[in-house]
Amino acid sequence: MSHNQPEKTAQSGVKEFHPRVHEAINNPQIRANFRKAMDGLMDKRQAAFPSDDELQGLRDLVAAIRLRALSKLPELLEKLEENLTANGVKVHWAENGDQACQIILDICQQKNAKSVIKGKSMVSEEMELNHYLEKHGIEALESDLGEYIVQLAEETPSHIIMPAIHKNTDEISDLMHDKTGTKKSRDVEYLTAEARQQLRKRFEKADVGVSGVNFAVAETGTLCLVENEGNGRLTTTVPPVHIAVTGIEKVVENLEDVAPLLSLLTRSATGQHITTYFNMISSPRKEGELDGPEEVHLVLVDSGRSNIYQDDELLDTLRCIRCGACMNHCPVYTRIGGHAYGYTYPGPIGKILMPHLAGLDDAKDLPSASSLCGACGEVCPVRIPIPKLLVRLREESVAGDSDHNNSSVKGRGSKRSTSESLIWKGWAKMHKSGGLYRTGTGAATVFRFLMPNKIGAWTKCRTAPKLAPSTLHQQVKARGKNGGEK
Amino acid sequence: MSSIKLYPPKPEKVYFYGTCLVDMFYPDAGMAGIQLLEKQGIEVIFPQDQTCCGQPAYTSGYHDQAREVAAAQLGLFPGDYPIVLPSGSCAGMMREHYPELFAGHPEEAKAKEVAGRIYELTEFLMHVCHIKLEDKGEPIKVAMHTSCSARREMGLGEVGPALLGQLDNVELVEQARVKECCGFGGAFSVRHPEISEAMVTDKVEAIDATGANTLISSDCGCMMNITGAAEHMKKEFKGEHIASFLWRRCHES
Ligand code: SF4
Repeated sequence: MSHNQPEKTAQSGVKEFHPRVHEAINNPQIRANFRKAMDGLMDKRQAAFPSDDELQGLRDLVAAIRLRALSKLPELLEKLEENLTANGVKVHWAENGDQACQIILDICQQKNAKSVIKGKSMVSEEMELNHYLEKHGIEALESDLGEYIVQLAEETPSHIIMPAIHKNTDEISDLMHDKTGTKKSRDVEYLTAEARQQLRKRFEKADVGVSGVNFAVAETGTLCLVENEGNGRLTTTVPPVHIAVTGIEKVVENLEDVAPLLSLLTRSATGQHITTYFNMISSPRKEGELDGPEEVHLVLVDSGRSNIYQDDELLDTLRCIRCGACMNHCPVYTRIGGHAYGYTYPGPIGKILMPHLAGLDDAKDLPSASSLCGACGEVCPVRIPIPKLLVRLREESVAGDSDHNNSSVKGRGSKRSTSESLIWKGWAKMHKSGGLYRTGTGAATVFRFLMPNKIGAWTKCRTAPKLAPSTLHQQVKARGKNGGEK
Repeated sequence: MSSIKLYPPKPEKVYFYGTCLVDMFYPDAGMAGIQLLEKQGIEVIFPQDQTCCGQPAYTSGYHDQAREVAAAQLGLFPGDYPIVLPSGSCAGMMREHYPELFAGHPEEAKAKEVAGRIYELTEFLMHVCHIKLEDKGEPIKVAMHTSCSARREMGLGEVGPALLGQLDNVELVEQARVKECCGFGGAFSVRHPEISEAMVTDKVEAIDATGANTLISSDCGCMMNITGAAEHMKKEFKGEHIASFLWRRCHES
């Protein structure tokens, strides 16, 4: 059984959130694949941090590094551009995904490129680059194994680190058999070797390599790329042109910042102490060098990020280093998988990021789809207070004109409904007066206030809670002591 | 993030804040909590004007309404005694979120002052009262679910099991994925019923698989969720609030 991803992805929201959830939650294969994968990833992360003291100390350090970078973001971006330019890298700025796609297309067309090979990049997913290039007659091939599988299946990534995590070995074997003619096999090494063969040929004929960036170092003008398969290195060194694309928040101040970031990133993501490859790209091929691209470009994409930057609280969203630990530990993600969210970034980070990128009116069901259990915030290496930001976005969703006047969250207030705000006003009136509350507790349960017509949703899988014959207020009073205020 | 808490010596008096769920659905747990505190030689004051900490409105995004209700609670504790709650999630709301909720509002200083006096009941019994429990009950096998607020917001994951560990005839068994949320999350459970159902169903199965016949929780919200689902699924185990359980084992058997 494979999960049917609608043809169109991400922001356009082909299907509403609830039907997608319904489909995923009732698909035993999806449930089993995610549960197994997430359990494994949680164990690996746990094993990578034998000392909690060390972990907490590192989190403090790394959160501070990210915060420092963000606090000087405009300055660091300027410095980054200056140093990259001095190194011979061409820097481009894109306000949104479409502009970024256009910039990349222009470079490709100038070079008469027909074929683009891609390393893994979530920003390129966000702007739907492959689709854009193909529309203009340029073939874009994913070279990360997971991305390659997802592309063969005509799907989108279901996880930001492991794009094909929703598929098990059998599903991958069938897919490769159907699309590329490999033998059906459960031997992961065989399948990987086959994919490697198929991809290797494509690297040789690619005109342009497109990659993401994990950290962009301002002080030295260095682009750091973290990967395990070597496809990132090939993508950035074999084709004559390399285009790196990333969000403006990925900048860090100096090289010293990178080591702790990297250590926490890889351990949080996959439990690895270091990845197989760590690339530091600082210039195109220099005179006398035998390899490397002749041209290197960096496309810096905003797409709503500078808007997040305006708000002191929401700013924390931009600390993210895309490790995926929040989704690995999320009980909601584990049950619905990545596609059900309907956006490029799933899981907790998606719930706090997508409302800005797509607008709260579009991503309206994301902030509420959390029990606020805090598992995400507990593991986030850069200490993003994810539950707090979810509550803030809920507030923004139902905001009227008077609250948070300065907020510029796109689509704010789009969930506000007169009936619901009346309910909460009634709730407040009743609960701010001890007297009114005491006369009303018997009749008005919290649940009726919560969702007057939705108690059915509660009792579908639970028996209804039973009101006690007398309240604690009454019992204390009847006892005749300590009920009064002193 | 839970801050490191320095615990005061045992006071003469405390305020007891029952919480609305205990008030309406589990008053016995509230009474047991009061009695456990009294056994420690503490006078317990129950302000009759208490209602709700405001959490349902707060987590639903209605912060003006949450503030109105929370502001009324701030005035209930004029003496400088600790405030004890038989619920990690309401205690978390008052300790961790009141200061944020009132930031920039006239009640800010008061909110911070009250937040500094908030204790979850089992935390208070263990770290302030240094309670010594003597088990008088029959041998029993129990499982425990600690709420996410108690565990993550308040950092109290070890407290409930430690208290149960003092009871000689109680065997505490641990369910698989013990730290995972039970799926209630207030309005989440009715806004996203299928996800909540999947979570609570898994939780019930994990508890059931331990063979425990009682589920202990220090949060009535989680207990209502888990036992409601267990009953629906025709499972044998029952739920009991930790305060009722401790009181019953040590003072009523
Ligand atoms: S929010 Fe935190 S845990 Fe989630 S991907 Fe970003 S850095 Fe990792």
